[in-house]
Amino acid sequence: MKNNLNIVAYCSIKNHVVALNGIPLITKDHDLTFSEFSKEVYKELKMDYSKFFKMDDQCKLAILISEILFNHIKIDSKNKENIAIVLSNRSASLNTDRKYQETISNKENYYPSPAVFVYTLPNITIGEICIKHKIKGENVFFVSEAFNATLLKQYASCLFQNKKSKQILCGWIDFDDDQYQAFLYLVSEHGNRKFNQKSIKKIYNENIWMH
Amino acid sequence: MFQNRVAITGMGIVSSIGNTVEENLKSLLKSKNGISPIINFKTRHLHDIKVGEILKTNAQLATFLKLPKDHNYSRTALLGCIAAKQAVAKAKIKDISLHRTGLISSTSVGGMDMTERHFKKFHENKNSSKFISSHYASDSTEKIADQLGITQYITTISTACSSAANAIMLGTRLIKTGQLDRVIVGGTDALSKFTINGFKTLLILSDTDCAPFDADRKGLNLGEAAAYLILESDAIVDEGNKEVLAYVEGYGNANDAFHQTASSDNGEGAYLAMRKALDVANIQPEQIDYINVHGTATPNNDLSEGIAMKRIFGERVPDFSSTKAFTGHALAAAGAIEGVFSILALQNQVMFPNLNFQTSIPELKIIPITKVINKPLKYVLSNSFGFGGNCSTLIFSKGK
Amino acid sequence: MDALKQELKKNIIEQLNLEDFTVEDILDDDPLFGDGLGLDSIDALELIVLLDKDYGIKLTDPIEGKIVFKSIEVLANYITENRTK
Repeated sequence: MKNNLNIVAYCSIKNHVVALNGIPLITKDHDLTFSEFSKEVYKELKMDYSKFFKMDDQCKLAILISEILFNHIKIDSKNKENIAIVLSNRSASLNTDRKYQETISNKENYYPSPAVFVYTLPNITIGEICIKHKIKGENVFFVSEAFNATLLKQYASCLFQNKKSKQILCGWIDFDDDQYQAFLYLVSEHGNRKFNQKSIKKIYNENIWMH
Repeated sequence: MFQNRVAITGMGIVSSIGNTVEENLKSLLKSKNGISPIINFKTRHLHDIKVGEILKTNAQLATFLKLPKDHNYSRTALLGCIAAKQAVAKAKIKDISLHRTGLISSTSVGGMDMTERHFKKFHENKNSSKFISSHYASDSTEKIADQLGITQYITTISTACSSAANAIMLGTRLIKTGQLDRVIVGGTDALSKFTINGFKTLLILSDTDCAPFDADRKGLNLGEAAAYLILESDAIVDEGNKEVLAYVEGYGNANDAFHQTASSDNGEGAYLAMRKALDVANIQPEQIDYINVHGTATPNNDLSEGIAMKRIFGERVPDFSSTKAFTGHALAAAGAIEGVFSILALQNQVMFPNLNFQTSIPELKIIPITKVINKPLKYVLSNSFGFGGNCSTLIFSKGK
Repeated sequence: MDALKQELKKNIIEQLNLEDFTVEDILDDDPLFGDGLGLDSIDALELIVLLDKDYGIKLTDPIEGKIVFKSIEVLANYITENRTK
């Protein structure tokens, strides 16, 4: 499929390193738990969004990475509203599924938590990004074994060609047992990196190996 | 070649109101619901909830599929395989590998039904540990692909209760843009303790038969089901001179951007999804003849959806009903079962009743169809909204 | 009573992850929802769990919750009258 799309910017978070367009932006001590790490990044970004602390880890990851990306790319609210979001991961919401399971597994101490349950769906991750940035465009969440550059590329191109959205936020946000990895990129007609499978794979791998 | 609409040439369904398309239609026409106290597994909530349960054990489903004794199919996969196979048979597909064929299946619960039974014995017992690999949401899709012999394009969508509608939307696009010739789309979700307990904590489960769009609605009944549609390109349809059950004419998805689980007061996400679907179908709101609403019977959904409908249709809201009082809310499968019901409506030129309705919601003053009504139908709109603000609308049109 | 109020404030901050609040920040008659602590519908459900877990009170009607969760003052009175543990 031919298109004139480019990658405007990309961001990654892995091993307690936050990188923007391939350049490390924030680096934190490896010994920190994810909860400590995410709180430090939150503070460093000078965010004022108390809902952040109520989220599960995967959503915290999504909020941080999207915040960094949108701090970097200034988009007016009208255009922001129409952004489409195409996310994927391997673990769906497994990390929180486990936590929820713990709240219903003990007959003597049986207190299922509604606040945990609401995060037992992967697309809540997209929902949180939408709420934070007032994005109302189309969104979809794919669950697959590995990052699938082709699928994400095709889906984004299709959204663009069908005039559904001029800007598409794509990526991989995965959290499982304190192992996490987030990679997010914004695609539009503007920007200076050509958008194709090869370039996505290249920057994805560059982000992975860098850490 | 770019085609404007995509043909549906087959469909299959297993739900609490029937194990085939025909059985489902019969129940709908007889106003016979499938809501009852749960029997397939024990739960402490037995007396405070009613569900739309498929009254077949896993062993019966496995025998039906002729699976080997040591299989590791979750109930989600079992139901999915049965419905998908029906759809393939209905579309009279002999050799599935002759055309570029994909499978897009959706689920929210995945293999949780087995995990919660075997979790504690995972490390010690082989009969339990075999279910570790069937936990993942994508496992049910892989199993269906195995059963059907699909290898080219397989993906799993998990966007809560709009999942199957999104699967139908993606499949339609893949055909429209010429990337595949045929896509099997739909969803499957089995009941599990995990789901029941979760919804119970949100205090949105009704202890009686749910009453969508009623002023005194108390919440939803959960259900389990699987349903699949066969989408085919014009080329395949023409070449095989195939019967077209209906067309996917429009689709739209938008985010409500309001709350993790609650719908917004003005129904923005639902409004945008319907608006986009009408635009894709290139038709006016007044051309919609019937709406199969999401209508979960929670106080929040029905009010928000009703407000969105009034924003689209003004005071002339088309005939509508929620079929969730028949089947319960089958979550990730809901969009597909209601897709099947929308197609049945078009094929039979009939609208299905919104059971248990008595009083209209004061803020809305709109009244759903409460009995079986025959009427010429050309366009049917179907809504599916999910947690995370994910709102989807599909528009189906009459086949040839 | 004051001890109960203090305990409630501490538990609510902990259970609802109110990162920006300390026990001193919450006044006895501050509204818990709306402008006060900015709690939402999921927090209300989580408070229902808290009542059950810590005080053995089973609330099943969300509308009843709205009245009981008006403020720490109202909540503490309700707990004192209805607690089973």
